Amino acid sequence: MEGAIDTLLILVVLSGLYMLATSDLVAAIRATALQGLVLALLPLLVRGHVDLHGAALGAGTLALKVFAIPTLLRAALRRAGVNREVEPLLGFGASLSLAGVLVVLSIALGQRLAVPGAPPSSLLVPCAFATVLIGLLILVGRTKALTQVLGYLVLENGIFLFGLAVLRAMPLIVELGVLLDILVAVFVMGIVMHKIRRTFDHIDTHAMTELRD
Amino acid sequence: MPGPWLPLFTLVPLGGAVVALALRSKTGRAGLLVATALVHLGLVASLFAPGVAPPRPALGGHLALDPLGLLVLSVASLVFAATAIYNVRYRRLTPPRLSRVYMPANLVLLAAMSVLCTARHLGVLWVASGATTLATALVVPLHRGRHALEATWKFIMLCSVGVAFALLGIFFVGIAATDPAGTSAASGLLLDDLLATARAGRLSAPWLRTAFVFLLVGYGTKVGLAPLHSWKPDTYAEAPTPISALLATGLTACAFLNLLRGYQVLVAAGEGAFGGQLLVVLGLFSIAVGAAFVVGQGDLKRLLAYSGVEHMGIVALGVGLGGTAAYGAMLHLVGHSIAKGVLFLAAGNAILACGTRAVGDLSGLMRRLPATGVLLLAGFLATLGFPPSAIFLSELTILRGAIEAGLHGIAGAFVGLLSIVFVAVAAAAVRIVQGRSAKVEAADPESSLLTLPAFALLALVVALGVHIPAALHRALAGAAALVGG
Repeated sequence: MEGAIDTLLILVVLSGLYMLATSDLVAAIRATALQGLVLALLPLLVRGHVDLHGAALGAGTLALKVFAIPTLLRAALRRAGVNREVEPLLGFGASLSLAGVLVVLSIALGQRLAVPGAPPSSLLVPCAFATVLIGLLILVGRTKALTQVLGYLVLENGIFLFGLAVLRAMPLIVELGVLLDILVAVFVMGIVMHKIRRTFDHIDTHAMTELRD
Repeated sequence: MPGPWLPLFTLVPLGGAVVALALRSKTGRAGLLVATALVHLGLVASLFAPGVAPPRPALGGHLALDPLGLLVLSVASLVFAATAIYNVRYRRLTPPRLSRVYMPANLVLLAAMSVLCTARHLGVLWVASGATTLATALVVPLHRGRHALEATWKFIMLCSVGVAFALLGIFFVGIAATDPAGTSAASGLLLDDLLATARAGRLSAPWLRTAFVFLLVGYGTKVGLAPLHSWKPDTYAEAPTPISALLATGLTACAFLNLLRGYQVLVAAGEGAFGGQLLVVLGLFSIAVGAAFVVGQGDLKRLLAYSGVEHMGIVALGVGLGGTAAYGAMLHLVGHSIAKGVLFLAAGNAILACGTRAVGDLSGLMRRLPATGVLLLAGFLATLGFPPSAIFLSELTILRGAIEAGLHGIAGAFVGLLSIVFVAVAAAAVRIVQGRSAKVEAADPESSLLTLPAFALLALVVALGVHIPAALHRALAGAAALVGG
């Protein structure tokens, strides 16, 4: 069981790195769906048995992170009619090297901050930190509005990994509330993105700098 | 007799929102907004009535009202009622059509604020905080062009990422509460359980400190503490004025409440000094940034936003100093919300009437729109801490707290920065009120529906500066005690 959990955790980090490396937006959306799938499986594995809480959480994660949100993002991409290329502010090579540094940093952090009690896996904290940092890197290192949403999703996925350590402290209703909140956030971001596209004729946030003092 | 059943505070506005969404008549939606707001305010007022005991905890301890929650709930309900009445007339005068979800979204905001003030589970607080961001993003009129879009995008991205960090902070609190045997209780994120665990010294200090840093970054973004404030001026400027008023008052106070919940746990665990230092540093920095950007600020709503950054800095400073200053901070949170309500509603009148937010083009307001001019001038003086405003009292209390603690450098910096703000804001106020260039465009820009709510708030902030009623004093002292005052 421990081996499976470790493999899945590493898969989350690798798909984050893949999103940094790829220049194809559709592939990047697919990678968030993969992360979502892993996040739907992990609570079941961590709890070691299937109960109502785990099943409902898994089903909710699956519905939102694997189906609803990627569908919304693909629709936004189609409607916006943007080219499928990622436009990096920070080059691919530079962002991957930086990500490498961040992963090392996360491992160091994970060693200093030990989870009290019996964590589901010794890789949990390093992988979660690495995913959060990669998400931030995507958020600030890419210019398109859509890639910023993807960065936000990766960041959220990293935070969800931390949530595995406190599974028992979160009532199901709160966890579903958190998921719903993210779905609505992505939905609203999609609406705004659509209007940005119609008004500015692109979804490059780099050019949105008219409001300043 | 115990106070009202706690879920009512959330269910009333939520029910109102559902009905408002179904109503077809615009007048009906506006009327429902006012009716719901007044019922909510009535419920809150009943909590202060003599002989009414604090409401009983509900839903198995998931809902309870402590003095801190009571203070913020009262302020939120009060300012909401004022903006609700204001909205009746505002919706007819404002040039960009308000969307159909405008009134329901207002009520959702009130429901979310009520959850924030009464809930005891950190996860529930987080969900409600996210809901306020999304409900706000829905009502910025997006069809108004590039600036509104840019502001909305900044607002939703920064606040979403911000609250994501806050969620991380909450998970870290949960990890800190896991006992070494690995069996944290199912209610591990209930505030009362956490406080008990913290007092027993069973929270892991490194995780708790890390958690507070993330909570500070996360909720600090929503509060608008510098350097996390950059969405604030843009959003205040582009949102409809009643929404800006809510953002600057009730919603900011609620975001601060969320931050204080984390600080409460930190204090209970004996780590208050660590969090206090962070709050003092961020507080002073916010006051400085606010002071730097109000100087020569040419846009009225952006001016109010930067003043908000400054005032939230003052509250953070007061809480961080603790002791006497914590009482001052609580009074400041209340006084600032009421005074800012006056300013935003008056500014809304001026902007509606003159069709501009530029301070230069608004000059001569006193001559053309006397009631608005008086409100704006009095509102500015009240926020600047001119006696007999409640803010004079709160700033003085925070200053006294700093001096009592022997922190003369901080006290000096505080007074120096406040003087800069005073000169800059007073100059802007005089420019707006005096002179003779304002062109009034809209018809009937001073209907009593637009001015009376602001006059009521103004009377209240002055009254609180003269005399603090015993019930309010108890709430303020109780709230200050909760955050280590």
